[in-house]
Amino acid sequence: MKHLLLSAILLLGNASALAESLLITDARLMGQGLPTDVNYDILVSGGVINRIGEDLSEVAANAVIDATGRPVTGAFFAGITALGLNEIGMVSDTVDSRLADLYTGLIHPEFDVREAYNPHSSAIPVTRVEGYGYTLLAASPGDRPLSGHGSLVRLDGGFNSFEGKPVMYADVSGASGDRLGGSRAASWMLLNAIFSELAIADKDLKLITAQGKSALVDAKKNGIFIFSAHRASDIVRTLEFIAERGLKGVISGGQEAWMVREELAAAEVPVIINALDNLPGSFDALGARLDNAALLHDAGVTVLFTSGETHNARKLRQVAGNAVAHGLPHKTAMAAMTSLPAALFGGLDRSVQSGSRADLVIWSGDPLDVNSAADTVIIGGKVDSMQSRQTYLLRRYLPEEPGQGRAYINPQ
Amino acid sequence: MRNKCRLLAMLAVFMTPAATAEVFPSTYTPRDGQSLLFQNATILTGDGKRVNNASLFISDGRIEWVGEGSTPSDTAVINAEGKWITPGLIDVHSHLGVYPSPGVAAHSDGNEATAPVTAEVWAEHSVWPQDPGFSRALAGGVTAMQILPGSANLFGGRGVTLKNVPSLSYQGMKFPGAPHGLKMACGENPKRVYGNRKQAPSTRMGNVAAYRSAWIKAQRYVDDWDRYEQAQAEAADETEENATSVASALLTTAPPKRDLELETLAGALRGDILVHMHCYRADEMLTILDMANEFGYQVGTFHHGVEAYKIANELAEAGVCGALWADWWGFKIEAYDGIQENIALVDRPEGGCAIVHSDSGEGIQRLNQEAAKAMLRGNRAGLEIPPERAIRWITSNAAKSLGIDDQTGSLRPGMMADIVLWNQNPFSVYAQALQVYIDGVLTYEQGNPELEPQSDFELGQLVGVAP
Repeated sequence: MKHLLLSAILLLGNASALAESLLITDARLMGQGLPTDVNYDILVSGGVINRIGEDLSEVAANAVIDATGRPVTGAFFAGITALGLNEIGMVSDTVDSRLADLYTGLIHPEFDVREAYNPHSSAIPVTRVEGYGYTLLAASPGDRPLSGHGSLVRLDGGFNSFEGKPVMYADVSGASGDRLGGSRAASWMLLNAIFSELAIADKDLKLITAQGKSALVDAKKNGIFIFSAHRASDIVRTLEFIAERGLKGVISGGQEAWMVREELAAAEVPVIINALDNLPGSFDALGARLDNAALLHDAGVTVLFTSGETHNARKLRQVAGNAVAHGLPHKTAMAAMTSLPAALFGGLDRSVQSGSRADLVIWSGDPLDVNSAADTVIIGGKVDSMQSRQTYLLRRYLPEEPGQGRAYINPQ
Repeated sequence: MRNKCRLLAMLAVFMTPAATAEVFPSTYTPRDGQSLLFQNATILTGDGKRVNNASLFISDGRIEWVGEGSTPSDTAVINAEGKWITPGLIDVHSHLGVYPSPGVAAHSDGNEATAPVTAEVWAEHSVWPQDPGFSRALAGGVTAMQILPGSANLFGGRGVTLKNVPSLSYQGMKFPGAPHGLKMACGENPKRVYGNRKQAPSTRMGNVAAYRSAWIKAQRYVDDWDRYEQAQAEAADETEENATSVASALLTTAPPKRDLELETLAGALRGDILVHMHCYRADEMLTILDMANEFGYQVGTFHHGVEAYKIANELAEAGVCGALWADWWGFKIEAYDGIQENIALVDRPEGGCAIVHSDSGEGIQRLNQEAAKAMLRGNRAGLEIPPERAIRWITSNAAKSLGIDDQTGSLRPGMMADIVLWNQNPFSVYAQALQVYIDGVLTYEQGNPELEPQSDFELGQLVGVAP
């Protein structure tokens, strides 16, 4: 019952201990480039990793967790999600990730989903206890070619736990044309027109507001543009647009990205994929295949993962695991699940080294396999309760004898 | 009298309910299955047993034995050292073919969402056998599946069980002798679809009233046909002396008018058609069980059952299976209480019948991974579920749900040789099906282009693309 080790954390009442310190011993550090035949001790204090060494047992920490040789990684990236923006998918007043049906008829790059972020969403602890520490908030495709912007957010329950650069979302897939003007060329027509407005005076703007222009200028200067595209031709067109407009761009979806991997590598544009996509689900994705990630990586393209899920965002490590099963190196997939998204989107340093944020997970086994789970999650140096609405439901229904009734079983 | 008998015989031909004669019959006939001896494998038999370092012998499309036994001297041998063998996987809830890839609007053939009761439609009449999803599922070890109508309607129509063999027609895939399913749906979907049109049902109570009204009609239909058949049998027994006139015989034996909708519902009441009920909430499932008692039919399987864990004992007692997801939740409020231990908890009671289903063209390719997640959660909750138990969720329990457990889903002697050879323990993200046999025929082999079937739709797509 490794997962119960949490309760065995030793509380050491040593007055000389480092402030708010935690020592994790005998950790197998995965994906850090350190020798894997040695286990390490990790000292955490003040919410950051203080140091890592082969034996830190002389340190007097407030608390010690023995990882007993289990894998320890940085907390996982949950992909592009609407966590905190979508409590129940089909209950519309709990869904805030999308701008649609707005009366202005304008494009609104200034639409910022972070305004709607609710850190108390039940989906956040559900995701966190599975080893996920941060996500990229989506401005989901609405009825405009630019759907607005979001950023990284830590899943630590904070109201303002946002990190990193503004991330602007554009959709140039076949689906975008279906929603807008009847052709994906309409998306390009509007995107070109919008970007052309950056060069004109605020009073002459036709498609965007002055605030929208300001948001777009900021994203162009400091941020990242994520283009949803699957078809190879759409990806190539996107690469041209990124170059023409001087943007930092990322392709999301990219089911046919493998076909244009040389172009992607040359343009140094990363691709965020769902590695489970292998069906020709649309005419944009006739070339979908399971070794997309491996082919892209081999060509020198940076690959990240997203599942398209919000409630089941915890599935993302299975997505990454399947990419590994189809040829992506394990350590590459591990980086894509931990530190790489933070680096790409301008978040805090999430590599496991001294000075990094102490968002760590102790896993029961290979973190990318479906037969393992997070045993202990540490967020900002604090050991998580590992409780969610779902663990409470389990504790209510696990006992075979309900006593006075399930309603009287209160896991709190 | 002779004339009358002939007339009655003719009536019998034309007017017997369709249930007695198979229409749209299966044309699937397996090719000659290989005689093969697998050696040194870890074998999960599908019905709860694990045999280590063991042999499996198949011949003429059937399982001959597992463990030890004799084989003809010229039997081909496969050394399966380090590999695992399971029965072919079975998905009880798929929409392949009725919601195929590519998912264009003209392919949307899974919901006859024009009336809340459409028991008369048959999913097989929507199945597009060229759906590329079939071959993807085959590569995931799926050898049989039930294709169901969607859940827009209270009675969505008949489901069909298919063997996962490439074919030009669904008849060429149809599992010989498998009963039809009847797809029913609880809760949000039907009341939303019809309520939005200001039409019944718009509430859960409207749902139940409409089911019951339909069952009442179906009961009458069953009675009418029973009376007719009884009268017909009595007339056939009549001797020359007490024979009535031909006209009178016609009157007493005139068959009720066939009704496709009621034929399906009557089949469910008689137990010839197995009831598959989409239902999320525990309280709704209990309501449905009471309704089944009212009308004297058996609910075969609750599908999705996100709250099934709350009533695991009641389900086991009622002999109802739960076909469930490993981890889906939250996409609507009736799915809000989903927990990852659902499958393991439904499996817990004596007689519990837990099934991992997909409802997804992605999930059906990885039923082993879905089962692995559910097994893990059960084990972490202290339920101690070994692989030989968990494999039942995607083999023998699924076969039971579809009424084909006397044919497939376990490796007992005499069963269809539907088997998967895995590169390792299948309960892992790294597990892959190396070979898939259906009725003893090697139907898929990883890395062998001659045994990776491809649909017509995929043929020649992207021929201009550089590899």
